[in-house]
Amino acid sequence: MFKRKFISALVALVATTPVLAYESSYNMPVGVTPISREVYALHMTMFWVCCAIAAVVFGVMIYSIIKFRKSAGAIPDKTLLHSTKMEAVWTTIPVIILIALAIPAARTLVTIEDTRNAELTVKITGYQWKWQYEYLGKDIAFYSTLSTDSNEARQLHSGIDVNTVKDYLLSVDHPLVVPVDTKVRILLTGNDVIHSWWMPDFGVKKDAIPGFINEAWFKVLKVGHYTGQCTELCGRDHGFMPIAVDVFSKEDFERWIAAQQAATKVAHAAPEPSPGEAIAMTSRP
Amino acid sequence: MKTVSTNNVSADRHDDHKPSGIGRWLFATNHKDIGTMYLVFSCIMFFIGGAMALAIRAELFRPGMQFFDPGFYNQMVTNHALVMIFGAVMPAFVGLANWMIPLQIGAPDMALPRMNNYSFWILPFAFTLLLGSLFTPSGGPAGGWTMYPPLSLQSGNSFPMMIFAVHLMGASSIMGAINVIVTILNMRAPGMSLLKLPLFCWTWLITAYLLIAVMPVLAGAVTMLLTDHYFGTSFFNPAGGGDPVMFQHIFWFFGHPEVYILILPAFGIVSEIIPTFSRKPMFGYDAMVYATASIAFLSFIVWAHHMFTVGMPLAGQMFFMMSTMLIAVPTGVKVFNWTTTMWKGSLSFEPPMLFALAFLFLFTIGGFSGLMLAIVPADYQYQDTYFVVAHFHYVLVPGAIFAIMAAVYYWLPKWTGTMYDMTLAKWHFWVSTVSVNVLFFPQHFLGLAGMPRRIPDYNVQFTDWNMVSSVGGFVFGFSQLVFVWVIIKAVRGGPPASAKVWDADMPGLEWSVPSPAPYHSFDTPPDVH
Repeated sequence: MFKRKFISALVALVATTPVLAYESSYNMPVGVTPISREVYALHMTMFWVCCAIAAVVFGVMIYSIIKFRKSAGAIPDKTLLHSTKMEAVWTTIPVIILIALAIPAARTLVTIEDTRNAELTVKITGYQWKWQYEYLGKDIAFYSTLSTDSNEARQLHSGIDVNTVKDYLLSVDHPLVVPVDTKVRILLTGNDVIHSWWMPDFGVKKDAIPGFINEAWFKVLKVGHYTGQCTELCGRDHGFMPIAVDVFSKEDFERWIAAQQAATKVAHAAPEPSPGEAIAMTSRP
Repeated sequence: MKTVSTNNVSADRHDDHKPSGIGRWLFATNHKDIGTMYLVFSCIMFFIGGAMALAIRAELFRPGMQFFDPGFYNQMVTNHALVMIFGAVMPAFVGLANWMIPLQIGAPDMALPRMNNYSFWILPFAFTLLLGSLFTPSGGPAGGWTMYPPLSLQSGNSFPMMIFAVHLMGASSIMGAINVIVTILNMRAPGMSLLKLPLFCWTWLITAYLLIAVMPVLAGAVTMLLTDHYFGTSFFNPAGGGDPVMFQHIFWFFGHPEVYILILPAFGIVSEIIPTFSRKPMFGYDAMVYATASIAFLSFIVWAHHMFTVGMPLAGQMFFMMSTMLIAVPTGVKVFNWTTTMWKGSLSFEPPMLFALAFLFLFTIGGFSGLMLAIVPADYQYQDTYFVVAHFHYVLVPGAIFAIMAAVYYWLPKWTGTMYDMTLAKWHFWVSTVSVNVLFFPQHFLGLAGMPRRIPDYNVQFTDWNMVSSVGGFVFGFSQLVFVWVIIKAVRGGPPASAKVWDADMPGLEWSVPSPAPYHSFDTPPDVH
């Protein structure tokens, strides 16, 4: 398909450009899912189109400022009052550019919204101020909160140099674990207020709203550790409920699942668990 | 456009009598006095909101929590927005409307002077209530200026204070808007047809209709919040069958026209200044009017682009993406017309023109990032990050606020009768323009690299650009003291300004009255043909 080719060509082009390196501190990550790469390509296309328009418009403005200065003896041409032809031109050309931009955006959007045929479903619930992950049909559920060292360092006047804390404000006690090359569907809801689950490298951001269940999906192409944050103001500690995802190979993921399920059984067998402990607080192997 | 007969030398012949003492201000019905009060009020609010912004930038200067509790940080974020939008930008535009609309259309005053007085004097009470809420035991509102439930329903005693403050601001805005509409439609000088109306008046007329259309919507939304909190209703409470997303729809149905309320009068100001200092009439006057009206219409059908991540049907997202992109067309028409007005002109660069040119460049940059934000898949990555913060500050600070400063520098000699210190004003311009870019441009990078908005602390990877941004913020903030000093100096005295003020051939009626404009102008309507 032409559009696929166009987008992959664009991705290849920009990904190989050294100034737009993968770990950028001033640009959107290319990311590790097909969607995040399409989104990156759309973003860069928009950026260059805007640059091109800016070059023309700012060029004319700067030319006018230099060329038509009163101090340089410029005489105003007061007959230049209106031109229907010009107005028509600068209405039509933007419309054409916008349609050209909207078509690939709409196509990507259709792909993003297609959550069918997921191989794994995880329900994500936002709490003030932590996330809960439930693997539907697998009897695994756990909370994910800011790691202790970050939490200590972020207290007012903690005296801890945050540069010494690993992944400051981006590390959690129990990351979400998902398999690589697998279409994972996430269902999002909020328990108290609205939160938003954002994983920049996956190109996924969706609100977790009390009383609603939202859907999104991702298919990660690369094993690794990825981080994101809550992106909807959710109260005092909004800045302190990060998201971390470990992407395992399919085999490692199966082993992890088995270990979790074993741990859950042990927890369930334990005498009189309090309601809060009924959800096994487990970790990756 | 229009030409003015020369025989309307105005009105100080029989009555330049001003009421004396505090009563002149408390019971003011004179459009110039009320305009002055609005402008002084907005200036005070600009500095209060600015102090909050500097508190935010101080905390964000480096990672780790240095100064505030995160809850207090959220109060600063929330109140900075409310104060700047409702306290600084909107009253500044109403102040300019009060001063300039009667002078531009040749009317002796605003149509409804007592309501004018009332609409101003509500504001100090509204903001006493809002800012007073910061001193309640549980602190001020901290759920963001967007007041999304259920979060905003967790507020303490500041909550009803904020709601009533918003009600008062809304009432004030509606009264101001009614006044503008009645004045422009009924009190134009004979011969001034609507398509001879100065563009500042045109943009304000359209803005006033937007205000009347959407302020009641906001009032309704916040009233439902109030009853949800105190009277057991469940408009937005899912546990009672309510819908928290409905609040967002209602809020942004107000909120998007609101952002045009904050920018359309700025368009009008720039459309006054660029022709003056290009010494050439506005190019495409009719197109400018129609473009403004189109933007106003489109502003009602794009609201959900603020909420692409809430989970809307595909068709809904498509519609709001397309309608949002359409706004680029009339906005582009305006930018092209301003540019063509400068083409083959005879340009000079007095402070108002400098600010208008900065507006032209920097507002356009904000327009570009707005276009990028319209693309839904990319918006998923931009939404609620510093990229959005950079976008709306580009259109509001070097957009709306620079236009207000341009207007003050343009009309100040007409108000005070003295020429202000041009050198100082140019210093103010250059320091502001450089620092505003140092302040906001790096925020694009922060957002793209993954920094969410409204967070008091961040990962160390965001340190560099936050430091740069904070330095820009402090320079920008303190350079505004120069602005105040220029105005104070001009009020206290200076070389007298002529009626025309500027070395250009301006058609506007405001330049036919002496400087300073007499207390009562246009007792008899001027002749426009």
